[in-house]
Amino acid sequence: MTLHIVVTAKQVLDPETPLSAFNVADNAVSTAGNIPPVVNGYDEQAVEAALRIKEAHGDAKVTVLSCGTDFALDVIKKPLAMGADELVLLQDAAFENSIDPTMAVAALTAAIRKLGDVDLVISGRQASDWDNAQVPLGVAESLGWAVATIGRKVDVQDGTVRVERVLPDGHETVEAPLPAVVTVSNELGTPRYPNMRGIMAARRVQPTVWTVADLDLDGTASPAFELVSLKKPERAVQTEMITGDDDADAGRKLALRLREERVL
Amino acid sequence: MADALIIGEITDGAPASATLEGIAAARRMGAGQVAVLLPGADAASAASAAIAGGADIVYTIVDGPAADGEFDALVDAAQAAVTLSGARYVIGAKTLTGRDVMPRLAFRLGTALASDCSVVSLDDSGRLIATRPVYGGNAEASVACLGSVAVASLRPKSVDALEPDTSRIGEVSPLAFEANVRTRVLERVEEAGEGVRLENARVVVSGGRGLGGPEPFDSLRELANMLGGAVGASRAACDAGWVPSGYQVGLTGKTVTPDLYIAVGISGASQHMAGCSNSRTLVAINKDAGANIFKEARFGVAGDWQKVLPAFMEQLHELMG
Ligand SMILES: Cc1cc2nc3c(=O)[nH]c(=O)nc-3n(C[C@H](O)[C@H](O)[C@H](O)COP(=O)(O)OP(=O)(O)OC[C@H]3O[C@@H](n4cnc5c(N)ncnc54)[C@H](O)[C@@H]3O)c2cc1C
Ligand SMILES: Cc1cc2nc3c(=O)[nH]c(=O)nc-3n(C[C@H](O)[C@H](O)[C@H](O)COP(=O)(O)OP(=O)(O)OC[C@H]3O[C@@H](n4cnc5c(N)ncnc54)[C@H](O)[C@@H]3O)c2cc1C
Repeated sequence: MTLHIVVTAKQVLDPETPLSAFNVADNAVSTAGNIPPVVNGYDEQAVEAALRIKEAHGDAKVTVLSCGTDFALDVIKKPLAMGADELVLLQDAAFENSIDPTMAVAALTAAIRKLGDVDLVISGRQASDWDNAQVPLGVAESLGWAVATIGRKVDVQDGTVRVERVLPDGHETVEAPLPAVVTVSNELGTPRYPNMRGIMAARRVQPTVWTVADLDLDGTASPAFELVSLKKPERAVQTEMITGDDDADAGRKLALRLREERVL
Repeated sequence: MADALIIGEITDGAPASATLEGIAAARRMGAGQVAVLLPGADAASAASAAIAGGADIVYTIVDGPAADGEFDALVDAAQAAVTLSGARYVIGAKTLTGRDVMPRLAFRLGTALASDCSVVSLDDSGRLIATRPVYGGNAEASVACLGSVAVASLRPKSVDALEPDTSRIGEVSPLAFEANVRTRVLERVEEAGEGVRLENARVVVSGGRGLGGPEPFDSLRELANMLGGAVGASRAACDAGWVPSGYQVGLTGKTVTPDLYIAVGISGASQHMAGCSNSRTLVAINKDAGANIFKEARFGVAGDWQKVLPAFMEQLHELMG
């Protein structure tokens, strides 16, 4: 039987965007200029994990799901170019990226139900910048599926998934029955680069688009939060640059200064 | 019955520091009666420390999968404790366990988690207001939790625990619940780190891509040893394989709050700063005077570490006799 793997992939602001490009004003964060979005880095690792399983398993299909209001097609097609089979965009004005993961969870859950035969969902451990790491756990709870987070190795065998989880000082192996949701981390290794054939093939694939209506969502999932304020915190740090005749001298002066301040 | 429920943890036979911080946060925001869930073999003895730390009710689980730390069972236990206590405010911590358990609990309760908060408070109408640093501390967001139950997790070490008061009295009761464990731990491998634990170190010396390879980390180790500290790293250094991933400080690594943090050859990306910006004194050595790390550092040297560091260490040696 074909193993059906869903990878969730989010289009995000490039996390390498320099901090100076971020503007915090009027309860919103904006970026200066035209910085192209990227596929969330951990989600590329999720694609990589799915493709490795597909290679080991033979009979498997990888569907990528992404939820948002609008997409840069050449960006969000990258998983296809890497080797994923299908792309479904959950695209609707209601899927605006907000402070609230409720809608993304509802949409992804509904899409996975609609696909019907999904065995395994693989997600990035978190979307860049916010460190929420909630969406995959929410999807697992909504579906009532088992979950394992922060994997560096994911294997499927006999109706179970085995995940090697990264711990702060070591690792552990867990096993869960399918269907299940797994999140992966950068320790999984560098995701493959799309090759020319992949890129050409991806170009020909038309993504499927599902809206709120296609997903039978009423579009008004009751929000969990309301933004009260977003502001730049007061910076308390006064930086003191230590200089000297040369770099070595500055190093010596640093030691003396730290002693003076009783830091050492 | 209680107004606030803290999803607690036990370490070394006592309530975890993050748990005592959660209790303190609930007390300070004026939540009323505070209950704590304590799963673990030592829960009965840890309960008195939780009460001294400000709890009114302690729900204990002394055996079974939740006491063993299985996430599935902990979510089931937490859900049962919410129901039993009738709490309106549920507070956990962004610990290894909390990262998995708290979001799942929030979704089970029909809401979402206000994660990684540095401050929690109540507004005039009793809504929980959660404040968290975002964009690596470059912005601070406050959200009001709207549902009938608010679920938040605190970033460890962002609030102080209360002074223990052993004269406080409270109620201790075992929690009955049904656990449905699906994800099972087959094996756990500890990769024993040498020396001082990064998370507890008073001094942390971290290296980044600017070190250029694994060997320079020996100098950082020597410096850390001199100061009784531990060595950390940026993700770039970990990803390059120069040091194990357990060294990583930052958003997706460890959070450290030492008295002294020395960053060598680290640019100061927001994701790195998220793990060290609460250090008391931050010192940066970087050859690029425009590096972001100098915006966050208390003391900086704009220079080549290969020249700065040996001289710094030599001088230090002299000072320390
Ligand atoms: C005041 C405030 C302002 C915020 N503003 C913003 C903002 O401007 N931009 C922003 O991005 N976030 C913002 N957030 C974070 C926001 O609350 C959501 O939590 C967040 O967008 C959803 O969680 P996440 O993206 O961190 O996903 P996580 O749960 O961290 O994502 C983990 C994984 O879930 C999957 N996933 C998540 N979302 C999607 C999706 N839409 N499609 C497909 N897969 C997905 C991906 O595989 C991803 O790797 C803000 C938060 C606060 C408190
Ligand atoms: C979702 C997400 C999560 C992340 N989580 C983390 C995390 O937990 N921790 C983390 O650290 N990063 C994390 N990152 C990565 C982060 O964005 C940066 O890429 C990373 O921190 C950069 O590491 P670095 O400062 O060592 O390297 P670089 O940014 O390359 O900086 C190297 C610095 O060394 C200096 N240098 C070079 N040579 C010398 C010399 N001879 N002497 C002195 N200075 C020199 C340079 O001037 C430069 O400033 C994350 C990224 C994402 C997207």
